[in-house]
Amino acid sequence: MSENQNPRTDASNEVTVAPEAGNAVVHADRFPDPGVPEHKHRLTDTDPKAAKRAERTVTLLFVLSILGTVGSIVAYVLVPPDGTTAGVRLSTLLIGLGLALSLLGIGVAGIHWAKTLMGDREFVQERHTLATQGEARETAIRDMNEGLEDSGVIGRRGVLKGAFFGALALFPLAIAVPLIGSVGGDWNISKFKHTMWQRGTRLAIDPSGRPIKAADVTVGSVFHVVPETTEEFRETHEWITEKSKAVVLMVRLNPEDLRTDQSPEGETWSHEGIVAYSKICTHVGCPVALYEQQTHHLLCPCHQSTFDIADSAKVVFGPANRRLPQLPITVDDEGYLVAQDDFAEPIGPSFWERLK
Amino acid sequence: MSTATHDTQREAPAKPTTTVGKAADYLDQRTSIGVAVKEFARKVFPDHWSFMLGEIALFSFVVLIISGFFLTMFFEPSMALTRYEGEHPASMHGELMSVAFASTLDMSFEVRGGLLMRQIHHWSALIFMASIVVHMMRVFFTGAFRKPREINWIVGLLLMILGLAAGFTGYSLPDDVLSGNGLRITDGVVKSIPLVGSFMSYMIFGGEFPGHHIVPRLFTLHIFVVPGILLALIALHLFLMVLQKHTQYPGGGRTDKNVVGYPALPVYVAKMTGNFFLVFGVLALMGATMSINNVWNYGPFDPSPVSAGAQPDWYMLFLEGSLRLMPGQGTEWVIFGYTLPLNILIPAVVVPGILFTFLFVYPFVEAKVTGDDREHHVLDRPRNKPARTGLGVAFLTAFIILALAGSNDLIATHFHLSINAITWVFRILFFVGPVFAYAITRRICLGLQRKDRELVLHGHESGRIVRFANGEYIEVHTPLDEQERWLRVNYEAPAPLEIAPKTDARGVKRKGYSSDKRWQRLSRFFYEDRVEPVTPAELEAAHSHGEHDQLEDGESGHQAVEAGAGATSREH
Amino acid sequence: MKALAARRHHRLAPVVLLLLALLTTGGIYAALAPSTANAETVSTADIETGKKLFQANCATCHGANAEGTDGVPSLVGVGAAAVDFQVSTGRMPMQMSGPQAQAKPRQFGDEDTAALAAYVASLGAGPAIPTDDQVDAAQGDAANGMALFRTNCAMCHNAVGAGGALSEGKFAPSLWETSERNIYQAMLTGPQSMPVFNDANITPDEKRDIVAFLVEQREGSAGGNALGSLGPVSEGLWAFAIGLGLLIGAAVWIGAKSS
Repeated sequence: MSENQNPRTDASNEVTVAPEAGNAVVHADRFPDPGVPEHKHRLTDTDPKAAKRAERTVTLLFVLSILGTVGSIVAYVLVPPDGTTAGVRLSTLLIGLGLALSLLGIGVAGIHWAKTLMGDREFVQERHTLATQGEARETAIRDMNEGLEDSGVIGRRGVLKGAFFGALALFPLAIAVPLIGSVGGDWNISKFKHTMWQRGTRLAIDPSGRPIKAADVTVGSVFHVVPETTEEFRETHEWITEKSKAVVLMVRLNPEDLRTDQSPEGETWSHEGIVAYSKICTHVGCPVALYEQQTHHLLCPCHQSTFDIADSAKVVFGPANRRLPQLPITVDDEGYLVAQDDFAEPIGPSFWERLK
Repeated sequence: MSTATHDTQREAPAKPTTTVGKAADYLDQRTSIGVAVKEFARKVFPDHWSFMLGEIALFSFVVLIISGFFLTMFFEPSMALTRYEGEHPASMHGELMSVAFASTLDMSFEVRGGLLMRQIHHWSALIFMASIVVHMMRVFFTGAFRKPREINWIVGLLLMILGLAAGFTGYSLPDDVLSGNGLRITDGVVKSIPLVGSFMSYMIFGGEFPGHHIVPRLFTLHIFVVPGILLALIALHLFLMVLQKHTQYPGGGRTDKNVVGYPALPVYVAKMTGNFFLVFGVLALMGATMSINNVWNYGPFDPSPVSAGAQPDWYMLFLEGSLRLMPGQGTEWVIFGYTLPLNILIPAVVVPGILFTFLFVYPFVEAKVTGDDREHHVLDRPRNKPARTGLGVAFLTAFIILALAGSNDLIATHFHLSINAITWVFRILFFVGPVFAYAITRRICLGLQRKDRELVLHGHESGRIVRFANGEYIEVHTPLDEQERWLRVNYEAPAPLEIAPKTDARGVKRKGYSSDKRWQRLSRFFYEDRVEPVTPAELEAAHSHGEHDQLEDGESGHQAVEAGAGATSREH
Repeated sequence: MKALAARRHHRLAPVVLLLLALLTTGGIYAALAPSTANAETVSTADIETGKKLFQANCATCHGANAEGTDGVPSLVGVGAAAVDFQVSTGRMPMQMSGPQAQAKPRQFGDEDTAALAAYVASLGAGPAIPTDDQVDAAQGDAANGMALFRTNCAMCHNAVGAGGALSEGKFAPSLWETSERNIYQAMLTGPQSMPVFNDANITPDEKRDIVAFLVEQREGSAGGNALGSLGPVSEGLWAFAIGLGLLIGAAVWIGAKSS
């Protein structure tokens, strides 16, 4: 940086360039550079009254800023949010407006000051080629070579070099292996393939947890369903993780609307027009919850994959590729809806080992 | 104060007399700070509004740190489950939720000024990303990425990607339904990756989604890792900017060998500081008056609910749109029993991969097809590089179409359209739109260049009509002054690459010929059509050509006759 | 309310609630089926007026005896609640066909609506118009309403009821202007694309909780202007329009030379 051969144009000897031809080489077929345009004086440079006015404006803005700060503190003390929507809104508004005024006052004042009262002559500074030039470059190359020479490994001691790079490359493993090994919990990815639905698990309403009688599911109804479980379990992390896989959407269709009451595998998984499908989209896993009663279409609000509930939840639009897995259901002795079994396939988005 | 410091430097041996001078002297004797002051105090910075866009990004980052610090005082990054005891909002009272969500409610409803800071923080994040993107557009369209600034372009891109990471990790911290579904989508995308996807999902969540590790992990990333790297890269970004000195717009006296502008002290420092307060002030105003991400509307994370309008923050919308547009039918392949979901991989990995690769390689490709190894410090007017401008607009078109596709449900409700129809239109537009955008933009650029030639050769229309004795009417044209003219002639219109012949003198086939040939083809794509700047000779010719129109009163003899596009090179 | 909320998580709570729900439904039905909330007494005269109104305004599509025609649903058994919802929101009579019938200024006054409802209710048993008590937000538990709303309703109507898109040009309307009674009726009867949420699925008390939650949303956002409560897309739009707009404006001012 300090070694260039050009005489340095430092702070003390800048030249303001008068409008004249620039220093570019003038070609016969190029116009000459007209140079920096002539400096025009501002009103505040020529009119002392204008300068005084600007000074007053800037001062006033700083005072406004101070008032803003004070106002913000007053609002903090005098207008406590009482927790209600309107109270929090008022407190937020007043503290915020005070802060904004305090900041904008300084900002506008500073810039107005700079624009009207600080020097506005443009300066020209030389640029220097970024590449190191001349002797400095020679020295750098020589020093570099000498340094490498001194290391005594250029072109020889291959084994040593190999060991050196090998050691450097390997040492992070001593940190990475324990980290990566532990960060994934038990790494048991086969959990993707099972949910907590079992033979006989009752279907319950989400979020209340009431079990559902088949008779209560009227035509055109939609039920958001979770497996019935204990109140204690419903307050654990395990529940949230299990629920993430187990949520189901259940509707009852007119028997004549239901294209088939058989699963694609030929089993009867529905009960008198009541069908239950996994609510987890086979695209990337959003809850597909938007059921249109008239068309029997189930739409995902995240990416608009659309499934036809009347036709085994096959995809009719959007980015999903596979139908939603169906939960095989039946009724128990008391008339409650229960699962026949877990889903026959992994629920949710596709993954590499899905079919293994 | 500035002069005092300054004088201390110059008259080092003399004893300082003022307080500031004494303090400066004290410091200098222990740090030789004078060297730095000498280097920077009167360093010249060119002034232009578009150079402030990067400043907006920098300052919103500072606001992010200030407001973020405030939030960390009250936020608890824990997923332990708790019942919310607060009375407000009434819709949350007694609900089971994570401590993270409860502390977010608490800081919003109980901490005075807490909601204000949350909102300022979130608005700052949106403005941070928005100003980064607009700043990048300025850099791209003016060619500020050219040598020697390619490295800084890469640093800037990394900053943008880190900004995305910072936004993503912060967005998910309150553990609400909206961001939870966002995480779930992320999980789905991660799982789709061949071979390692399932394990990566386990790695991120410490087990199955959602588990109870993700919020503390994201918190560490959000307040430590990502901002740490961001800070380091911002420092590098600014260091390179100062080292290489700022670029400047073309104009009289501005060359690749100089920099014309205002000295850092006082003007530039004052304006910059003022701008910081303006940015902070505007963000405070937004935080005070406009609500953002009211997480209590969505409620604590629960895997069953989802709400209409389930979208990420705007800078992630392009990914959301990409996922929405991809048709799913027949795009999931099963190979030897292993599942390859291309309906996820293409929109979520391949499409952003292509977009980012374009940004990363563009400066190097352009340098190569231009055959250019010189330093550039004077910016291009976008019209003077039609192919670059066209490509940039095509890129933006693709990005905007994806972002709109990510908002298709809101477009449907607000314009009463069918969401299915909108999706189909965007599917087609994603391919057709950028092509049209490129062609139209390039046309417009070439047209503007010709217009510039016209102006230089024949001057401005003055609106004054004059009738000659022979009955002929002409409009008097006033010539451009030399500054106006210089702006329009001071550019280069590079020609396509020339390459060495296929065989050398002895008829032996040259190695690397086919590669050269490919580059030449690309170079033709860039520079086949070009409009050369007017030369003095052409201007001379235009004047003499129009001599018979010269007015008696001698007031400048330039006329509009016909468009002399003589030097326009090959046009199809 | 707090004590009730705590007890709601008791193991027997579902059973108790279910019993309560059944009792309430039955009780209310028994008590109110003959006399709906808005028509003090349903007389044969009302039914006659309703029949006339029906035949003049509805029969073209729904058939002379409300038995439905091709593509138009039968009204036998839809109940008074469905009629009151459709007519009092102006959805029926429909003016033109489209993806869905939209709310518009109502064409029948309270009395005519009541008469129509009475006539349709006389054709077959169906849900009755809810009482003022059933839709009284002050008696509802907004927190429970929130939990129910986000599971059952938010995917279509948006987290706070701002509305959202369905497929093929259909949409779920905003609920901010909808009356409490209409909200309740919509859940009960499942108009058009909307599924039915019968009293076994969402009990009358729970329905009132949902109404309470939606009424609470009318207070707006604690953070200031709610920006339509549309979520991140509108926030992004405003960030560009207001935030970046102001800041670029400021940058132009900073960069401009002072005169």
